[in-house]
Amino acid sequence: MTVESTAARTPRRSAGSKAGTTGTKRTTRTTAKKDAGTEPQLVQLLTPEGKRVKNAEYDKYVAGVTPDELRGLYRDMVLTRRFDAEATSLQRQGELGLWASLLGQEAAQIGSGRALRDDDYVFPTYREHGVAWCRGVDPTNLLGMFRGVNNGGWDPNGNNFQLYTIVIGSQTLHATGYAMGIAKDGADSAVIAYFGDGASSQGDVAESFTFSAVYNAPVVFFCQNNQWAISEPTEKQSRVPIYQRAQGFGFPGVRVDGNDVLGCLAVTRWALERARAGEGPTLVEAFTYRMGAHTTSDDPSRYRGDEERQAWEAKDPILRLRRYLEASNHADEGFFAELEAESEALGKRVREAVRAMPDPDHFAIFENVYADGHALVDEERAQFAAYQASFADEGGN
Amino acid sequence: MADKMALAKAINESLRRALDSDPKVLIMGEDVGKLGGVFRVTDGLQKDFGESRVIDTPLAESGIVGTAIGLALRGYRPVVEIQFDGFVFPAYDQIVTQLAKMHARSLGKVKLPVVVRIPYGGGIGAVEHHSESPESLFAHVAGLKIVSPSNASDAYWMMQQAIQSDDPVIFFEPKRRYWDKGEVNTEAIPGPLHKAQVVREGTDLTLAAYGPMVKLCQEVADAAAEEGRNLEVLDLRSVSPIDFDSIQASVEKTRRLVVVHEAPVFFGSGAEIAARITERCFYHLEAPVLRVGGYHAPYPPARLEEEYLPNLDRVLDAVDRSLAY
Repeated sequence: MTVESTAARTPRRSAGSKAGTTGTKRTTRTTAKKDAGTEPQLVQLLTPEGKRVKNAEYDKYVAGVTPDELRGLYRDMVLTRRFDAEATSLQRQGELGLWASLLGQEAAQIGSGRALRDDDYVFPTYREHGVAWCRGVDPTNLLGMFRGVNNGGWDPNGNNFQLYTIVIGSQTLHATGYAMGIAKDGADSAVIAYFGDGASSQGDVAESFTFSAVYNAPVVFFCQNNQWAISEPTEKQSRVPIYQRAQGFGFPGVRVDGNDVLGCLAVTRWALERARAGEGPTLVEAFTYRMGAHTTSDDPSRYRGDEERQAWEAKDPILRLRRYLEASNHADEGFFAELEAESEALGKRVREAVRAMPDPDHFAIFENVYADGHALVDEERAQFAAYQASFADEGGN
Repeated sequence: MADKMALAKAINESLRRALDSDPKVLIMGEDVGKLGGVFRVTDGLQKDFGESRVIDTPLAESGIVGTAIGLALRGYRPVVEIQFDGFVFPAYDQIVTQLAKMHARSLGKVKLPVVVRIPYGGGIGAVEHHSESPESLFAHVAGLKIVSPSNASDAYWMMQQAIQSDDPVIFFEPKRRYWDKGEVNTEAIPGPLHKAQVVREGTDLTLAAYGPMVKLCQEVADAAAEEGRNLEVLDLRSVSPIDFDSIQASVEKTRRLVVVHEAPVFFGSGAEIAARITERCFYHLEAPVLRVGGYHAPYPPARLEEEYLPNLDRVLDAVDRSLAY
């Protein structure tokens, strides 16, 4: 999109107008970690006790959510957690080399994932198993890279869900470029870029904020602040609440309770609506908690205490929606029992699929290095074939 | 239609043709729009194709390549400019970890037809970071194709082919040759992008080079001819893949090989060529493969670059040493 056309089609809101960052008082300078920016504000529609609280700005984005859809969100979160637990077990059993658990982040992922349209495009990190679920990616396909049989086992364009990106923050630029393309095409779809509190320190993330703001790209930056970048707390990444960074780039940022699936759904819908209306990028900081280790290779007991985890357990995203469903009579025992059975069936299916996953053919090393071929790859493939064949000649195989 | 034009103008005309023939082609970079690029390679393109297709970007190289990847995922064919060789490194992460690997990561489902243009090399009296030759740092990475034209006609046609390629191409432009004029036939049928060309036939020794050093090697061959030595000059044109078959054919004839590049000799493309040609031509070689290039030192201040860069005498010295075996 050209600079002119941007200006023409964009009724720009003033930066930070939605974030509640303007007009609020500065906090008193006390410690280094709290002294900059304004008091963080948190959007929450569902309390940890499962109580629905009114929100003048965001209620309208979930006003039409039916009991059936609420049960759907609950089902998504339960099945995602069950899948995640199965993957962790499979790693412990030696079937996977590694697993990055999303435990505790179900609401952030399901809430944002269910806000998307089919024609929107997702750029995930390597932990967006719940978002993948929402996009219809078969969960067993997520496990190939963790088993070591491929580096990404699904067609990104099949579900508009890009491959997992392991280099921290890289995908935010791809998301921005893709969104620039959407704007050029005159389409009204949007892009969502996932990243974490650690990634917020990466230059690529800052550059994606700059590019998306300058070109008014229809992208939602969805930061799951799960409090920990492996062993480093968020204080080691930022002096200001992460959502407040958006203001300096000229677009709004908002912090939502990341364990509140309704809140995440509402805020993401609002941000996507802005993108579709030509109002440009938005930063959503979903304030949540990584209940498990960074990955199965990590040992959180070296850097954080149990008390913190226990405090967050009381804010569990699934528990609070269950409380709400029960209190409002939107779900009965039959629903929960049926879901339990479905969960176990999913676990079994995933387990069997992983165990049946074959090792790749040796020659896969040389496949898809280039789209149009490369003389050296051809030469080395032939050398490798001759080397392998030499064992057959010797009767070794 | 054959016209005589400068190498920079040939690239400009090639970009114009690509923009004209494929609405998905985009030009991106710092100062590529109104200014036409610091070397004027994109001169006039924004005026004729608009700001939506010839895009002045923020001053952030990783952002340029990273967003180009996203645009390619959306179906565009971005041609991005890195303003100078020494400024590519903020984008090196995106190029190496994403641009080069996404096709393989997706098991072939994603293609990234992105061209990264890099004006490179020295000899123009510039300040630090404006004269480097980092091609080996990219050639080491599978998934990238690396080319460098030496003349206006190749610049025109190789750019056409790079843009049409479904693989990412790093297009190294010999900035000291930007103003050299040559015939460009825009209706010709070009040869394969990654094939070397014999630009001067000879019998006594092969000089292999690409980009800015091809002209030097032709001058060396002229000088050597005055001393009765008949040198063959091979323009490699492509650094990944390298056309080893053409080098082998030449060396089997001349039995001697000197590789010339501006990049440091240590771990340079000449090292790879020497190793592979020694394997392929062991019984044909009368002398070890020799290399002439930069030293294992930071690119020096401009007043010293003539000592650092390969020149007529340094290449002739290597020719003498090879012939003395």
